[in-house]
Amino acid sequence: MSAGAGAAIDIALSAAQAAPGASALEAARLALARDLRLAFRKRGQLIQPLAFFALVTMLFPLAVSPELARLRAIAPGVLWVAALLASLLALEFLFRDDAYDGTLEQYALSGQSLTWLLFAKSVAHWLLTGLPLALMAPFAAMSLGVAAAAVPGIIVVMLVGTVALSLIGAIGAALTLGMKRSGALLALLTLPLSLPVLIYGARATQLAIGGSSFIAPLELLAALAVLCVTLAPLAAAAAVRISLE
Amino acid sequence: MPVRFRPQADQGHQLRVTNLRKAAPQGAEQDCGYGANPMNLRDSRAVPANHLEAENLQLWRGDHHVLKGVGFTLSRGECLQVTGSNGAGKTTLLRTLCGLMVPEEGRVLWEGRDVRTDLPAFHSALMYLGHEAPLKADLTARENLYYWIGVRRRTPGSGLDAALARVGADACRERLVRTLSAGQKRRVALAGLALMFCPLWLLDEPTTNLDAEGQQLVGALMAEQLARGGAIVVATHQQLPAAVRAARRLEMAA
Repeated sequence: MSAGAGAAIDIALSAAQAAPGASALEAARLALARDLRLAFRKRGQLIQPLAFFALVTMLFPLAVSPELARLRAIAPGVLWVAALLASLLALEFLFRDDAYDGTLEQYALSGQSLTWLLFAKSVAHWLLTGLPLALMAPFAAMSLGVAAAAVPGIIVVMLVGTVALSLIGAIGAALTLGMKRSGALLALLTLPLSLPVLIYGARATQLAIGGSSFIAPLELLAALAVLCVTLAPLAAAAAVRISLE
Repeated sequence: MPVRFRPQADQGHQLRVTNLRKAAPQGAEQDCGYGANPMNLRDSRAVPANHLEAENLQLWRGDHHVLKGVGFTLSRGECLQVTGSNGAGKTTLLRTLCGLMVPEEGRVLWEGRDVRTDLPAFHSALMYLGHEAPLKADLTARENLYYWIGVRRRTPGSGLDAALARVGADACRERLVRTLSAGQKRRVALAGLALMFCPLWLLDEPTTNLDAEGQQLVGALMAEQLARGGAIVVATHQQLPAAVRAARRLEMAA
């Protein structure tokens, strides 16, 4: 290496060393961007929960009855149970890799708020599972005999409900970090906590399919989502700190 | 619960050699290169001379008494080498110092204040490098640095390239980390260290997997950190690189 190149390196390096600290928002943006980029590098892992959702909703016409009226009646339940399980499937990877390679440790020691960084990770989880599930749900619904008029309602309800699912899931994933094969435990922790989301989500979807107003259950669902957005990252951060001890 | 007690005279963990340290370079008090840091050291009147201090740290892991009254003080520009056999608690000590583990007794002081009173401020003044490099296998070396360091500092892209060039990892800049050798990964981790000149470094076995040239590189980086008035706690059972020979030592007994 020539002396000139060496000096250029030193100058650029000392400029970078003097760089100001990143704000909490920037740190969260980078944590989100990192997770999204990683997810697109590992596309197989990304598609699994979505394929699972499509497959589960397709099993019902085969198992129950091909009669559209009957399928239409069970469609809300089928959609929500399938979405809940698909979201759960993707949760295992939420913090797992980060815990193994030391990323969580670096987050905890970054001087930034761990709560914020974990919230960013939960947002990434929602963008990668909740959002695609909400967009897939209408197709699954129509294959169960639901009229096209119900499509906007189904999407809205799914969008709101999956936010709550992602954040509840983040608590479960953080709590089971210390364990080796935690898949079953994660389900046992997360599913009971997700019951309110399931109840209001399925009810709102049922009303949307029936063509009546679904505002009341949707509002309750939105309240749940807001509650999860405010409190779940705090709980997840506390659980992650314990797992790092 | 294990019975907790105060050891009366457990000297095994106390500092053995304390006076190997070099005199701090002239003017180090005024100009130690951390002007942009919120925990800056410029105001020498306000800052006590010992900037990291551990007082009687006691830590249990189940029935195992790992830290038995560890205590030391470390001033700026000093390097403390923690030695001891495998399982003696070197990593545990580092993780306790940086606040990941909470000791049953004792406390860690930074600039004279208990670090537990303001952990985020303490964390933004320190860099901890464990023996696993915190790198993502599916990102390139440069992307890894971008996200890892970017969470803490607004690092320009030219800085990332310069850091990778500095540690001799120029060639693997755009390669996925999963395709790198263990030594190359270590070098990428060191690039992160080169970018983070914060007042305190906690290094766990920084020379693992490195060739002779790489070990010299670690020495050079550490010497730079000390010359700037930064402090280092390094856990290693190997010899420190020649550039930082003047280290103080803390020996842990298993």
